[in-house]
Amino acid sequence: MQRYIVQRFVQGLFLLVLVAAVVFFLGRLTGNPADLMLPEDATPEDRAALIRTLGLDRPYHEQFLIFIANALRGDLGESIRYRRPAVALFFSRLPNTLKLVPPAMAVALAMAIPLGVLSAVYRGTLLDRLAGVIAVLGLATPNFWLGILLIYIFSVQLGWLPSARMGGIRHYILPTITLGTFLVAGLMRLIRSSMLEVLDSEFVKLARIKGLSETAVIWRHCLRNALIPVLTLAGVFLAALVTGAIVTETVFAWPGIGRLTFEAVIFRDYPLLQAVVILDAVLVLFINLVVDVLYAYIDPRIRYT
Amino acid sequence: MSQAPLLEVRDLHTYLFPRRGVIRAVDGVSFTLHRGETLGLVGESGCGKTMTALSLLRLVPQPVARIVKGEIWLEGEDLLQKSEREMRRIRGRKIAMILQDPQTSLNPVLTVGTQLIEALALQGREASSRLVARAVELLQRVRVADAARRLRHYPHQLSGGMKQRVVGAIAMAGNPQVLIADEPTTALDVTIQLQYLNLLKELQAQTAMALLFITHDFGVVAHTCDRVAVMYAGRIVESGPVRAVFNRPAHPYTQALIAAVPSLDEPVERLDTIEGQPPAPEAFPAGCRFHPRCPYAEPRCHQDYPPTLPVADGHTAACWRLAAP
Ligand SMILES: Nc1ncnc2c1ncn2[C@@H]1O[C@H](COP(=O)(O)OP(=O)(O)OP(=O)(O)O)[C@@H](O)[C@H]1O
Ligand SMILES: [Mg+2]
Repeated sequence: MQRYIVQRFVQGLFLLVLVAAVVFFLGRLTGNPADLMLPEDATPEDRAALIRTLGLDRPYHEQFLIFIANALRGDLGESIRYRRPAVALFFSRLPNTLKLVPPAMAVALAMAIPLGVLSAVYRGTLLDRLAGVIAVLGLATPNFWLGILLIYIFSVQLGWLPSARMGGIRHYILPTITLGTFLVAGLMRLIRSSMLEVLDSEFVKLARIKGLSETAVIWRHCLRNALIPVLTLAGVFLAALVTGAIVTETVFAWPGIGRLTFEAVIFRDYPLLQAVVILDAVLVLFINLVVDVLYAYIDPRIRYT
Repeated sequence: MSQAPLLEVRDLHTYLFPRRGVIRAVDGVSFTLHRGETLGLVGESGCGKTMTALSLLRLVPQPVARIVKGEIWLEGEDLLQKSEREMRRIRGRKIAMILQDPQTSLNPVLTVGTQLIEALALQGREASSRLVARAVELLQRVRVADAARRLRHYPHQLSGGMKQRVVGAIAMAGNPQVLIADEPTTALDVTIQLQYLNLLKELQAQTAMALLFITHDFGVVAHTCDRVAVMYAGRIVESGPVRAVFNRPAHPYTQALIAAVPSLDEPVERLDTIEGQPPAPEAFPAGCRFHPRCPYAEPRCHQDYPPTLPVADGHTAACWRLAAP
């Protein structure tokens, strides 16, 4: 188990270097970063001076090593717009996103588990087809559109819920639903298919032969097994949430890392974008590591080997 | 065996309805089972043995399969007339079953203890504080060493033989009157097979339960059963006391099965003595279903299914050769 974690950790580090390299060299391909940082009326001398101070006149591989060395010291450059270290900026916004992700995941699971389980149990019936339609609608509905629709109905028309920014618990309702819905369709289909597989297994037959009620068979014997693939893919789903947070946070003016990413893009704040992408990758890898440990907890076959 | 049978199956029909066609997996099966006796249900793969067994528990695969006709009498009550709720009280307590593949019969994410105690708790006879002690007792009854520790184990931590024993213990949890044991066809390892037979005998010796033993091996039947019912293409073609059937098989199919047993100690896998394959269950031939493979087939075998005719006391067979021409 410990070896397994160490192994995953090393894999993670390797991936991280890869991400950093891609981000770094892509950035160099799109032009000299110094041009983005200079005011429009800067003289060629100013430009040359900046390039020298930033080390941009050295060979790429040398620049990359410096970049990595700095990164290891927790320095990923400075945001052009905020004139603050990008890392500090990221971590000041991260808690706001983290406050959004668990309730969004909870919303997604609360909708996807019953939908997935019921459509598997009643496969081929009207209920199954109805759930399928909901899933397709969920997939086809753009996140920003749902967010705007919810704001229009519940904030503008009914005036029940706030439409933007952080605040009390009522501020969480619309962004959480918007972000959670992003995952429902995918989760539901996954749960449905793994549930179908589990329902077909021998141990389910044995559970019925024992005289267990169908309720016990489905929720006690099947659900945990059916959730194993969900957990294996939980990293993917959480990563999707981090991505989905960009749109949701933008629509709801939620000051998290999603909105920070959006700002970095529209303000062409390249150092910030670079830092945000790398730190997002760190976050996703960290999530995956935690998920692997949790996975081993749920599936005893992994825990003991 | 003059007393009333414990279980009586009459004219059972269980059909499967896949997207196209009808599979007549069980097509008019009748047999009886008495207290304490062991009945062997023997036949080639696909003849409908497992489907017959699942029908007794009313657990045929949903939604493809349906019991379309018949009666299943257990202690004076027709199980086919019972509600699903009533059936749940019969499963495990009156009729238990060990599935064909004990290796995958246990839930991988629940401990042995959880799965055993769950079966015990359903009986409702025991205070919940006594359940653990009862579970340990049960495991000891099927000769699982270090039973208390085993309760905390997960199925993948057990050996194949151990899993079989746990499944046996679960079957015994409700003190059933009938135990159906579907013999594994995949794990044809001789030691595993021997272990399995010994386990069943042990379980039966501890109670007076009746055993319905499903196998495709006549040799095993001769060793373990009191009576035998030979199944072919969804029907029982011959039945009677093992010794009588073995010494004087009346149906050509039974004769071929017995001829295929080289010596009673060696299991067989293929029936080399009969030409051809069993018919596809979605297209049974008219008349006797065995006639395309039968060396004695006469014109009437092609037209009408033979009636079940007496051979000797308690020994019957469905073959035209037993009728007057
Ligand atoms: N879920 C299913 N869907 C469709 N056909 C099925 C299904 N289960 C069984 N059958 C068919 O029903 C017939 C009877 O199957 P059954 O499992 O009762 O055979 P069996 O005698 O137990 O064979 P074996 O010795 O291989 O276990 C077979 O022809 C099989 O192909
Ligand atoms: Mg079978």
